Amino acid sequence: MAGFTFSRRSALAAGTGILAGLRPGHAPAQGAPIKVGELNSYARMAAFAMPYRNAIQLAVDQINQAGGVMGGRPLEFVFRDDGSTPGDAVRVAEDLLTREGCAFLAGTFLSNVGLAVSDLANQRKKLFLATEPLTDALTMAQGNRYTWRLRPGTYMQTRMVVEAARGKTAKRWAIVAPNYEYGQSAAANFKKLIGSAIPGAEIVAEQYPALGRVDAGATVGALAQARPDGIFNVLFGPDLTAFVREGNTRGLFERRLVLSLLTGEPEYMLPLGDECPDGWIVTGYPWEQVQDAPHKAFIEAYRARFNDTPRKGSVLGYVTAQVVASMLNKANSTETEAMVDALADLPTQTIVGNVTMRALDHQGTMGTWVGETVLRGRTGTMRNARYADGANYLFPEDEVRAARPRS
Amino acid sequence: MDFGFLVVQSLSGLASASSLFVIASGLTLVFGVTRIVNFAHGSFYMLGAYMAVTVVPWLLDFDRSPLLFFTGVLVSAAVVGVLGVVMEVLLLRRLYKVPELFQLLATFGVVLMVQDAVLWIWGPVEIPGPRAPGLRHGVEILGQRFPAYELFLICVGPAVLGLLWLLMHRTRFGILIRAATRDREMVGALGVNQALLFTGTLFLGAFLAGLGGALQIPRVSANSQMDLSIITEAFVVTVIGGMGSVPGAFLAAVIIGQLNSFGVLIFPKITLVLVFLLMAVVLVVKPWGLLGRPEPAAGRAALPEGILATPRFGLWEKVILAVVLAATLAVPVFGDAYTVKVATEVLIFALAAFSLNFLVGNGGIVSFGHAAYFGLGAYAAGLLVTKGGFAMEPALIAAPLAGAAFAALFGFFVVRLTGIYLAMLTLAFAQIAYAVCFQWVEVTGGDNGVVGVWPSAWARSREVFHYLVAGCCILGIAALRHVIYAPFGATLRAARDSEQRADAIGIDVRMHRWLAFTLAGAAAGLAGGLYAFSKGSIDPTLLAIPMSIDFLAMLLLGGMQTVMGAVAGAAAFHTIKDFFMPLTDHWRFFLGASIIALVLIFPRGLSGAYGALRRRA
Amino acid sequence: MTLLAAEGLNKRFGGVVAAKDVSFALAAGEMLAIIGPNGAGKSTTFNMVGGQLAPSSGRVLLAGRDITGLPPREVCRLGVGRTFQVAQTFLSMSVAGNVQMALIAHHGRTRDVVADAASLYRAEALALLAQVGMAEAADRPIGELAYGDVKRVELAIALAAAPKLLLMDEPTAGMAPRERAALMQLTAGIARGKGIGVLFTEHDMDAVFAHADRILVLVRGEVIAEGSPESVRANPEVQRVYLGQSGHKAALRARRGAHG
Repeated sequence: MAGFTFSRRSALAAGTGILAGLRPGHAPAQGAPIKVGELNSYARMAAFAMPYRNAIQLAVDQINQAGGVMGGRPLEFVFRDDGSTPGDAVRVAEDLLTREGCAFLAGTFLSNVGLAVSDLANQRKKLFLATEPLTDALTMAQGNRYTWRLRPGTYMQTRMVVEAARGKTAKRWAIVAPNYEYGQSAAANFKKLIGSAIPGAEIVAEQYPALGRVDAGATVGALAQARPDGIFNVLFGPDLTAFVREGNTRGLFERRLVLSLLTGEPEYMLPLGDECPDGWIVTGYPWEQVQDAPHKAFIEAYRARFNDTPRKGSVLGYVTAQVVASMLNKANSTETEAMVDALADLPTQTIVGNVTMRALDHQGTMGTWVGETVLRGRTGTMRNARYADGANYLFPEDEVRAARPRS
Repeated sequence: MDFGFLVVQSLSGLASASSLFVIASGLTLVFGVTRIVNFAHGSFYMLGAYMAVTVVPWLLDFDRSPLLFFTGVLVSAAVVGVLGVVMEVLLLRRLYKVPELFQLLATFGVVLMVQDAVLWIWGPVEIPGPRAPGLRHGVEILGQRFPAYELFLICVGPAVLGLLWLLMHRTRFGILIRAATRDREMVGALGVNQALLFTGTLFLGAFLAGLGGALQIPRVSANSQMDLSIITEAFVVTVIGGMGSVPGAFLAAVIIGQLNSFGVLIFPKITLVLVFLLMAVVLVVKPWGLLGRPEPAAGRAALPEGILATPRFGLWEKVILAVVLAATLAVPVFGDAYTVKVATEVLIFALAAFSLNFLVGNGGIVSFGHAAYFGLGAYAAGLLVTKGGFAMEPALIAAPLAGAAFAALFGFFVVRLTGIYLAMLTLAFAQIAYAVCFQWVEVTGGDNGVVGVWPSAWARSREVFHYLVAGCCILGIAALRHVIYAPFGATLRAARDSEQRADAIGIDVRMHRWLAFTLAGAAAGLAGGLYAFSKGSIDPTLLAIPMSIDFLAMLLLGGMQTVMGAVAGAAAFHTIKDFFMPLTDHWRFFLGASIIALVLIFPRGLSGAYGALRRRA
Repeated sequence: MTLLAAEGLNKRFGGVVAAKDVSFALAAGEMLAIIGPNGAGKSTTFNMVGGQLAPSSGRVLLAGRDITGLPPREVCRLGVGRTFQVAQTFLSMSVAGNVQMALIAHHGRTRDVVADAASLYRAEALALLAQVGMAEAADRPIGELAYGDVKRVELAIALAAAPKLLLMDEPTAGMAPRERAALMQLTAGIARGKGIGVLFTEHDMDAVFAHADRILVLVRGEVIAEGSPESVRANPEVQRVYLGQSGHKAALRARRGAHG
């Protein structure tokens, strides 16, 4: 990334029509654009948010070239930084809804920001399509009519790696997770789920270093001391790199089964470089192994336009735009209630296959890839990777009914 | 737990301590000589790491030798040292004559600019550094494997301590540093070239920060958030050791390293709060840190930094006030929905910043943790509404009460200290409160916070809520302003001007400061309660350090020498932030640059500039 | 009647003895000077009386009441006014504001959040300023005054508490010779007129011998002589360790000047 990116520059204006003419037979979209207010942690979480925004721009341009939405109107995303705090985000959201005249809100990265915007949406009776926040509260205990989430949440991702460990023999487990909601709830989900996948499994150690400030030596020492058979890791980003290096040197991962959330995503795999551990069971995105034609076309287009390889955020961004377009086409209106009704059980054929927004808990069935880490050349990737369809990992229906507030 | 494990865990603690010490020693030196609380020290640390992940791999391409690795590390540190000189010459040198807090604000502006500059130059993806050649392996110690590089790091701390000792005792430069740390007026009197001494100290300080960062690259990848994660910890080490004391910093770093290493075994979630608990305990027991000295009493009488005169509103001020009040009330009539929202927030921040100036400007009580009372007020209101089932009205009464109660509790210890130690204790208490809100998930909702904090039905529209906030905040500000003009306010100024004189005319200085702390806490709590209802949610960022810094920035931008400055500052700060945020992802850069520009152009704040204008007119 | 009595005051700082068995008494309206070379324990003794230091042992009695170890603010409330070696005033306030502040404190209204501090006790403050000859400077910022004038204002501040006893630590330090004599004359006049006891330390022998009723000589923390200026001046030990011949002459000259 270079230069100052002015985020007000909307996807519409930025569209240079790289793919113009790819789909003859459609007139480009015309008329007043349908505006989507997209707020995200572009400043603080740029590593994830930039590829995400790039992909949205790509998708929006393609959609508009192909005739737009709602019978020919162009789609436009207005991107804003959410300041990474709920206070700033709520103000920005108000700006998007009032001054920018956006039809609805999308985005957010941090869970507390996502929840605050979700509650604002509920209060203002505006649609909010949360894309990246992982917290289960968004669709469960604090779910509301106007908030929908696309990406698989903490529970789903945890369940994916735990299912992948089914039949393994590791009984003694240690947990290491960042000391905030995502880490804590991933750990709680793990404790709940591991017993069903590996009967007799027990937790022998837990470590919760502060986010961004892991004292890797002390943490690795404390985990090793418990002599676990397996480790469940929720650390990511710089914490993960520090933890993996320290663990590699001290032999923490030798002859141990490691389950790890998100580690296979290029965002976190690339910085690990040749320190990439071998054989961890992870969720991630091995983009170079994708065989599916539409998805491959997306990757080609992304690489051509941005001169970079796609990240997990890119997939999410692209799918977001696809689901938004599909919703608008079905609702054929930017009236909030109509859009909310259109989202209920709305299936969309996306680059990762079918994604349905389950009406019961407002959770999308977008999945992710599960596989084992492996070092190829100087960077890590995944082997035995398969796409785990989110539809198979949703919260059980009775749990949803018990948790979601009745409206 | 076997013996080998305890030894290795302790070694891990020493390795962390060693790294922490290298960074903190630079901070403590800079503070000792210049009295500047250098927020940008963490930025130098980050730059050291980024320089090293750039330079070292390039050098290692020639030859993977340890010599080249450490050459690269030293080169990186030296480059950062030069950046420290650049900051001193371009910025700090222009600020030695202005109030100390202004320098702090300027360094905070540097932090914001460096954050975005780093993203711009190196990109958002974290960059892992190479491991040190020859030290990649693990060493077997009592049956446990321990990284060789960390054994090396353990030696670095004492080595740096030794070299600094030699520097401070065997060179003229070092002796001057020590002299300036003890009594900087004396150094000025000795005819020493003060500018050169300060420049040299900034080089040394930035070099040490850069060295600390560069040495981390085999362990931690360079990332754009490492500045703020290190700076608080470095401050804590510096304060626990005693500001200005290098051996004190060493001792404190070792204690923190060991506590951390063993603390995580017993309380795995203690990482968030451990160092601040330790700092609070140390400051309550030893008000000047472990090896610090009391600040020497000012030899000569100097004008205090803060509210100097309490003039009545003149004709012009009355006109301005009337216009501002009218505009405030007219916003819902003429402004769009978003303008109303922003105006509401400005009012809330104005009350919070004003209450802070009541402490800082009027009382000389510099609080780095004012957001604690703002946030606790918000939590009290939010939890009453969402968990207690109360309506907005009683919750808004509870908010100032909660702010006052916690301010009274923390203030009891805070007012026993003075100066920078007092400020750091307020920070420690704020962090402890933050950690409790963050970690007590069942009650506070943890870092997700609690949503659903909306006003009562009658006040739910943006316009009505704006008038509610306007009423509360204008009344709050007017009441606090009245107190400033009342004997109680004068008494606080008296105690700020001369504690000794105040004591000798029969004033119980601590008790009055404690009451002032409590009153300011109440006002901040009210602002926090209103903020919660304006956002619909509460979460720990409301009482986090950045919020406290925002309040300080508002206050300083407005000018702490005048009664109404904080109000102007709140409006200016919020407007600048709101202007740049939608414009660019790099809004922090421009916010930082704006702060620095304002500090340079208006070294007495906006209201100070206004005062100068009035006098000239 | 004895206003102030110090009984066997001792103060040790670590191993250093700063005051050893210091005893003295002071009557109302009397001026008692403590003199001695640097490091003799003058300030230590002084601060033990004023409450800034707690004695290691011994007692301080004010009008028969034990005030040993009380903090300065309580000593003040019992009727002790004080000036400092380096004048301590409220620099952000006007001259009158400084005195008004002292009056506010004296009347126990420091926690008042309703009244207007700027107009409170203004008349009383002006009267006190008139006593020290500073009424005309009432509305100037105190930071603008010449140092000698600041010292006068400080005296007015000390008088605001209607003290029975004034403690003055080197009242003339840092002043021009002409100002010194004037200030001491002023102090003596007020003290005698109102029956206020004055305990002061002083380097300036002219001031001491011109105005003190009695003199206490401290050397290395111990009282080596006490009595009228004449007896102290005549004391051979005092002459040997402290005054020296030139000091003796100076004392004589000062005495003549004051009375002649």
